[in-house]
Amino acid sequence: MSVTVTTPARRKNYLNADYGIKSWLLTQDHKRIAILYLVSITFFFVLGGVMAALIRVELATPLGDMVEPDTYNRLFTAHGVVMVFLFLIPSIPAVLGNFLIPLMIGAKDLAFPKLNLGSWYVYNLGAILMVAALLRGGTDTGWTFYTPYSSTFADSEVILTALGAFVVGFSSIMTGLNFIVTIHRMRAPGLTWFRLPLFVWAHYGTSLIQILGTPVVAIAILLVAAERLLHIGIFDPALGGDPVLFQHLFWFYSHPAVYIMILPSMGVISELITAFSRKRIFGYKFVAFSSLAIAVLGFLVWGHHLFVSSQSIYAGLIFSVLSMLVAVPSAVKVFNWTATLYQGSISWQTPMIYALGFIGLFVVGGLTGTMLATLGIDMHVHDTYFVVAHFHYIMVGGAIMGYLGGLHFWWPKITGRLYSVFWSKISAGLIFVGFNLTFFPQFLLGYMGMPRRYHSYPEEFQILNVLSSAGATILGLGYLLPLIYFTWSMRYGERASDNPWGAYGLEWETSSPPPTLNFDEPPVVTTEAYDYLAMRDKKTAA
Amino acid sequence: MWKNVPFFPEQASTLAGEVDALYFTFLGISVFFGLLVAGLVVFFAIRFRRRSEDEIGRPEKAGIWLEIIWSVIPLAILLAMFAWGAKVYVQAFRPPGNAIEYFVTAKQWMWKFQHPQGNREINNLHVPLGQPIRLTMTSEDVIHSFFVPAFRVKADVLPGRYTTVWFEASKVGTFHLFCAEYCGAEHSMMGGSIIVMEPADYEMWLAGRDSGPSVIASGEELFKLKACNTCHRSDSATLAPILHGVFGEEVEFEGGGTQIVDENYLRESIMNPTAKLVKGYKPLMPTYKGQMTEDEVLQLIGYIKSLASDAKEDHGAVSDSSSPDPVPDEG
Repeated sequence: MSVTVTTPARRKNYLNADYGIKSWLLTQDHKRIAILYLVSITFFFVLGGVMAALIRVELATPLGDMVEPDTYNRLFTAHGVVMVFLFLIPSIPAVLGNFLIPLMIGAKDLAFPKLNLGSWYVYNLGAILMVAALLRGGTDTGWTFYTPYSSTFADSEVILTALGAFVVGFSSIMTGLNFIVTIHRMRAPGLTWFRLPLFVWAHYGTSLIQILGTPVVAIAILLVAAERLLHIGIFDPALGGDPVLFQHLFWFYSHPAVYIMILPSMGVISELITAFSRKRIFGYKFVAFSSLAIAVLGFLVWGHHLFVSSQSIYAGLIFSVLSMLVAVPSAVKVFNWTATLYQGSISWQTPMIYALGFIGLFVVGGLTGTMLATLGIDMHVHDTYFVVAHFHYIMVGGAIMGYLGGLHFWWPKITGRLYSVFWSKISAGLIFVGFNLTFFPQFLLGYMGMPRRYHSYPEEFQILNVLSSAGATILGLGYLLPLIYFTWSMRYGERASDNPWGAYGLEWETSSPPPTLNFDEPPVVTTEAYDYLAMRDKKTAA
Repeated sequence: MWKNVPFFPEQASTLAGEVDALYFTFLGISVFFGLLVAGLVVFFAIRFRRRSEDEIGRPEKAGIWLEIIWSVIPLAILLAMFAWGAKVYVQAFRPPGNAIEYFVTAKQWMWKFQHPQGNREINNLHVPLGQPIRLTMTSEDVIHSFFVPAFRVKADVLPGRYTTVWFEASKVGTFHLFCAEYCGAEHSMMGGSIIVMEPADYEMWLAGRDSGPSVIASGEELFKLKACNTCHRSDSATLAPILHGVFGEEVEFEGGGTQIVDENYLRESIMNPTAKLVKGYKPLMPTYKGQMTEDEVLQLIGYIKSLASDAKEDHGAVSDSSSPDPVPDEG
């Protein structure tokens, strides 16, 4: 505990370069902005988690006996809106991507530091609108805002929440734009495209989606507001509109948005698998291009959300087959990660446990996704708990496992401190077990026919719901632990070396935490990505 | 077959077995690949665990043939599953010709049904076993979704247009009806039951209550009451098109374009008559928007459709004889 007193004067880094609240709120350092984002999204993760906990408590019994139906509807809407727009979409890009992309490509910062800071303020402005909507009673449309319920019938804070999502979208666009320009223009000498870490490739794909998709959902949201406020008939048939049009516009963005959440996570996993196997990734180009393939194909599959929405049978057929295609690049990634382990030097460190857990959960989420893309299965399980289970396997089992794995991996770089190995492994175990117990029963519930967004349900669904709620308790505990030991580590954790994992990558060649301008000497890259042999030779030579 | 499997829904329609066969095949494939990947990951992670602190992995050359194999095999399997799924889906959304039509009107938060004989029910629907039943559905407010897990069918119910779904019950009993599309405060209470009865019991059930006028009779009444018959006459096409036999036929519009007359077109022509004007006519017809309930519009359309079958006597006979399933003897 007295470590801080006896430590000699440490070298300047981005954390101790300047002090005071102003040095944070007006910073243009990508690393500090990443920390700002980390604080914001952690807050909203906890908020969204509390909503989830309340939902699971309510569903422990068949009768809707804890909260009113209307309250329940506002709870699951808030859970979805907060988790999707305020946590998942910014999570890996805005925190880890922001921190690491300049480091990984040997740059001093992102291309537009002010735009980067601006994106955080825009994000918070949107978040404030959404929180204001919550404080005024919340919204009851579900995060999907389906019309004409949202545009005409709902008697809740639809406009404020939608406006919040609209504003937050701009922060996402700003981040994406910044990444694309940075990756194109600011790579270190010698760092060719095919020498880039796969984390960077994944973020490049993500950024494309952010820039191309977000405007469409922004337009859809504005149209809902226009119909609600001005009674312009766009979606409500009573006003001459088309209710299904909204679903097309919404999912044109929101399906690719799922890839905004999962692609960066896949990028993290590629880094973790290679670092803890100390081996070049198997099929580098296939993994890199699969990120782009997912980003592009992701724009062509939105109609699989409309198989039972009166969409024509032929449209259903086309969207089904396109959805099958998008599964192939995902499968390619999984097989390449698995093959990378072969002949590796595998270390069971905490981040690696997350990475291996990710593979298992993502496989379940991905395979059930292809089941949902199968027309004859979807018409039964559409809008049931099967869908809820599937997308939680992708977004929680996939995206959050990747986020936490990445956070555990780069934490020593970000803070210059280590955390408790013991507690972090316990936490990873609890999350894996708790997650499966929470969401696996929901697949069974869905096939049995329990629709989603139900406040009360027939008795035969109770056993599985109780299991799910019990799992959620374990999952909640698993998430609480990192909050505690990370906070502890910031002050009391052991000092980390520059490369505590012995991992390959430019970010590990600078100090922990890095100096404000990232590198003392501008790095020059002479080796391929994940070239552990060359790294060892260089070390031996030195 | 699946009677004693825990956490598994009953199979109570001819479709249910087909959906389940597809599902379990896909599940089997998924379990195989899931266990394959998980098994390899665990095996490699143990077999190749790090033995010394400065050990590094042994890099191998990426094998292009491996990449091809693990792209092409999943793709082939997925395309096969797509084709099978498409077959089941097309079957589920194409009602057979001998299906009997029932009307469904959904609203926050109830289901209203009308039997062809005229009987009305709320939240419960009695149907005969072994008879293909086609539901023509619409909503009075927001989007709802008709979902009967035991039948494995689901279709959204939209305001302002008709959607259809069909099923043939294969088991006597009472089965859950759920609203599957979130529709507001009482969404989870917007349920009911589908009660499947032996055809004879169903006839007795129908006979045991006052059915009121049949759908066609109500529609005919409305046709006079709303003065449709002043212009739409059976003997003169001067003011408005003759409606006899129009259903299922192609009509040509003023200013170009054609369309097959279906329920949605008839509905549009009643609510917004000038949107698609039949070639050779003037925009004389007033709108009936707001002047009829959704139930009444359905009855009127039911009547117009019956005119179609009157005019073409052979229509019903063709679909009956082409159907491989014998129509259960009524009564």
